[in-house]
Amino acid sequence: MPATVPALSEVGVALCISLILLVPLAIAGVALINTGFVRSRSAAHAMLSTLCVVAIAAAVYFACGFAVEGYAGRPLHAIIVAGKPWSWLAAEKFFFGGLELDGSPASLAALLQLFGVGLAAAIPLGSAADRWRLGASAAAAVLLAGCIYPLFAHWAWGGGWLAQLGVNYSLGRGFLDCGGAGSIQAVGGLNALAMLWILGPRRGKYSGEGIPLAIPGHNTVLVLFGCLLALLGWVGLNSAGAILFAGAMPARVVLIAVNTMLSASASALTSLLITRIRFGKPDASLVANGWVGGLVASCAGCAFLEPLAALLIGMVAGALVTFSIQWLELIAVDDTAGSFSVHGLCGLWSLLAAGLFAHVPGAASGQWIAQVVGIATLLGFVLPLSYGLNLLLDRVLPQRVPPEGERQGMDLHELGAGAYPEFVTYTEESMQR
Amino acid sequence: MKIAGFLLLLTGWLLVLAAVVLLAAPAARSGFVLAGVGVEILGLLLVFRAHLPFARERH
Repeated sequence: MPATVPALSEVGVALCISLILLVPLAIAGVALINTGFVRSRSAAHAMLSTLCVVAIAAAVYFACGFAVEGYAGRPLHAIIVAGKPWSWLAAEKFFFGGLELDGSPASLAALLQLFGVGLAAAIPLGSAADRWRLGASAAAAVLLAGCIYPLFAHWAWGGGWLAQLGVNYSLGRGFLDCGGAGSIQAVGGLNALAMLWILGPRRGKYSGEGIPLAIPGHNTVLVLFGCLLALLGWVGLNSAGAILFAGAMPARVVLIAVNTMLSASASALTSLLITRIRFGKPDASLVANGWVGGLVASCAGCAFLEPLAALLIGMVAGALVTFSIQWLELIAVDDTAGSFSVHGLCGLWSLLAAGLFAHVPGAASGQWIAQVVGIATLLGFVLPLSYGLNLLLDRVLPQRVPPEGERQGMDLHELGAGAYPEFVTYTEESMQR
Repeated sequence: MKIAGFLLLLTGWLLVLAAVVLLAAPAARSGFVLAGVGVEILGLLLVFRAHLPFARERH
């Protein structure tokens, strides 16, 4: 990661803004996927939760997130460890103070992060859907957008110690994360895992003997349409991120788009093949998860990968997603939309794959060690921090809806009206207990 | 078990940081970084184990 990103030309700025404005489509895609995977009686709640969480995340990031995260080449706090500077925190002002919103790289990065933090905050909603209170999910989004996300993003993107591993310790070019595989996807995915542990499985998901029962999502079409929307968002996210955080030239957008598409395609086809072989027919929901897993896996090294490597990375991601979703179900981790497997696991794989396959011009050897250090930080710091903060929040503001709320459905219980008022699918008698 | 798991996660991370700061030789640094990640994986397995509701009931 370069210490500072050079100013972009006018064309570069226009391209960057256009790419950043695609990113909300990734949020829309994730929102549709999350909504399609829940039961029909919780559909409006799932969509409203995403909208609220994205809004809160943006507001909190504006208020204090950017002050914690900062941007390469701008003020930061550092300590000296064994003669090397380690930056742990940015030294920006609150409410974007001192940041000119004029098309400079720092202002473009701030705009990208307003959307990126919303995407990260929307990821746990998919995992904990059908049982997570709206108010509690909004409070959890405050913690994510105000503390967890900007802290790691500063280390990886804001000129922090992970980004400087190359300069300080000759580990490649430092931690490489072009499109947010770590800062957005893995942070969101690990937060989702923390929520899954805190909330526990949905009522009716497991029989008395602990055997997992199928609770199918209510609208596969929404899920699959969300996948297509997400593709556009991810192309924008990967391209803008690579330009702003990895110093990639704008001309690399073509390579980035090719790699993103190839990774998603390979991942979805691998999931399709695996489910076809294992179950006799392709499983639409797992293939959709495979598609998004491939998008996530393309993030970290997208600007510096050969297309063939992107294909391989996508294939591994497809297999990872398919097997981990089923494995997690067996060990009582009831991930409604598979968000941890898709965003968390594939995000970590993307970071590792960047270390193994990316060819960064002018970088020293040891890139893979920098990537492993980043992965270790996500597992050893971000996950415990997410779990601890959300557990504390749970003590103050119970996160899980009461049993009658789950029986009734989140729409009626929390919103007072359903998404499909003319379409009564569940009655008290027909529900699994 | 849950607390032990999270402590192992944290310990593994600190081991990785220590390896980066204190060791200059690539082989030793890589080895200790991987060892730190190994400790983290053990911690992760412990936390998963601690959150198995059916296992808890059986005990």
